[in-house]
Amino acid sequence: MSELNEEKQSVTVPPASPPPAALGKTDDGSQVTRRTFFSWLSIGWIAFVAATGGFFTMMLRFFFPNVLFEPVQTFRAGFPEDYQVGEVDLRWKSKYGTWIVRNGEGIYALSTTCTHLGCTPNWLTAEQKFKCPCHGSGFRKTGINFEGPAPRPLERYRIVLSDDGQIIVDKTKKYQQEKGQWGDPEAFLKV
Amino acid sequence: MEAFKHLIDTLSKPTILVSFTFLIFFFIFPPTDWFEKWHRRLKFDGLWSVKSFWIISVLLVGFFVIGLSDSDFRAIMLKPDNVPIAGLIFLVFFFTWLSMNQAYNNDKLIEAGQPVDEQYDAPNDKVLVWPDLVYVELITIVLFSAFMLVWSIGLPAPLEEPANPSESPNPAKAPWYFLGLQEMLVYFDPWMAGVVLPSLIIVGLMAIPYLDNVKEGSGYYSFKDRKLSIAIFMFGWLVLWNLLIVIGTVLRGPNWNFFGPFEFWDSHKVEALTNINLSEFVYVKGMSTGLPGNILLREIWGIILLLGYFMILPPLLAKTWLKNLFERLGVARYSLFIVLILAALTLPIKMYLRWMFNLKYIISIPEYFFNF
Repeated sequence: MSELNEEKQSVTVPPASPPPAALGKTDDGSQVTRRTFFSWLSIGWIAFVAATGGFFTMMLRFFFPNVLFEPVQTFRAGFPEDYQVGEVDLRWKSKYGTWIVRNGEGIYALSTTCTHLGCTPNWLTAEQKFKCPCHGSGFRKTGINFEGPAPRPLERYRIVLSDDGQIIVDKTKKYQQEKGQWGDPEAFLKV
Repeated sequence: MEAFKHLIDTLSKPTILVSFTFLIFFFIFPPTDWFEKWHRRLKFDGLWSVKSFWIISVLLVGFFVIGLSDSDFRAIMLKPDNVPIAGLIFLVFFFTWLSMNQAYNNDKLIEAGQPVDEQYDAPNDKVLVWPDLVYVELITIVLFSAFMLVWSIGLPAPLEEPANPSESPNPAKAPWYFLGLQEMLVYFDPWMAGVVLPSLIIVGLMAIPYLDNVKEGSGYYSFKDRKLSIAIFMFGWLVLWNLLIVIGTVLRGPNWNFFGPFEFWDSHKVEALTNINLSEFVYVKGMSTGLPGNILLREIWGIILLLGYFMILPPLLAKTWLKNLFERLGVARYSLFIVLILAALTLPIKMYLRWMFNLKYIISIPEYFFNF
């Protein structure tokens, strides 16, 4: 350590190099004018924007894949007689994310996605409620939220009868209670 | 033994646990002279002595050793995911104790007119990067890698069934370091608890050097010079972050219900938690009428309450309780400070409103995805 310090102190300062020639005096015929500089700058920027724009346009294509490995959004759910009055039917839960519930008047299809943060609630038969395991939201059999942080009721899917008498559930069309859409004739299948 | 477990389970009820923490916290970390007077009178200043360290450590270890004889406690604490939480409890206590002990020692030194412990003594305190620092780093890397290796072999990550969007595990817990945020999500709309409040936490931490312009106590540990800063930071760090992680790990069970640490995780435990919004309190319970159809008319009470909280309360406090602080910080610093503090306090406020009155949202406009 002490050696290093001594060495440092013994180094002599080299003589200052001669000052450089005055700036801007390098006149050898290849001087870039302001106009040429800006032309090249513009060309460069346009090329850059075009390249990035093209790249992002191509990337957009990935949002629309040719094949979707998802279950179909519309499915036949059997005949109304297959469903017991007063019961929440779990048979389409894992495949299509839908609960089918039949009450005294008819049938409706509930989405299995919690309206708080999107977990899948469990149907608790003994307590007659859907209960979300993530943040404790609870929904009644109708889908109305009544406990925990869920801000709005479960969504209902379009449900109609086909010509052969089978139930068709269409998940592309959703009905939200808070928007007053549950009164829609296709949100509830009268049986 | 059963009586002890029952006592712990009762004390772990969120209302009791959190109320007790809030009550005792500001006497342990006194923000003002009044609190400090009681802090000394209640002998909390002895908490940071070496003797207290050993007493508390032995009590903590004893609690875990006795607790592990209980199968329900064992099931929670020995789950590989939750082992870090036991470590966290000890580590947070150790480092809090270490820094507070150092701060109190320095306070004594300052009082006696001596230089603080961290006083930099130019030639004598000089340390070389090579070999002093690099060797320490190397040894740390080797030891830590060995520790991680042993840990990952001893407590392997569980191999579970393939992910299935239609089956959420019950309870579905976030990684342990996010359990505070998950607890926050129970009381707020996902937008608030998932985006706005976490951003405010980051902004608030970034704003500390700007807000805290006290020169004393900079560069060394001390408590007397920075009572308010330490009390506020410790409240956010120990109570609103670490306590919520521990609550999320130990006390949250199936269906996200509260369970005591020695209570069996019964997934059929029935908790009646019918929550209602402020608008329903006012119109349905208060005036015995239906909710008005107009959204603005329906939510006007919550909007008034929230505007009052964030816009009328700060100037009111600046004129009364926080007069000295306002004068020291100036308008810009004070405004930022008080808005951040009030935003942080919405969490405990909403927790209590939920537990005591089953209040869900103060403003609830699900039609436009706005809930507070």
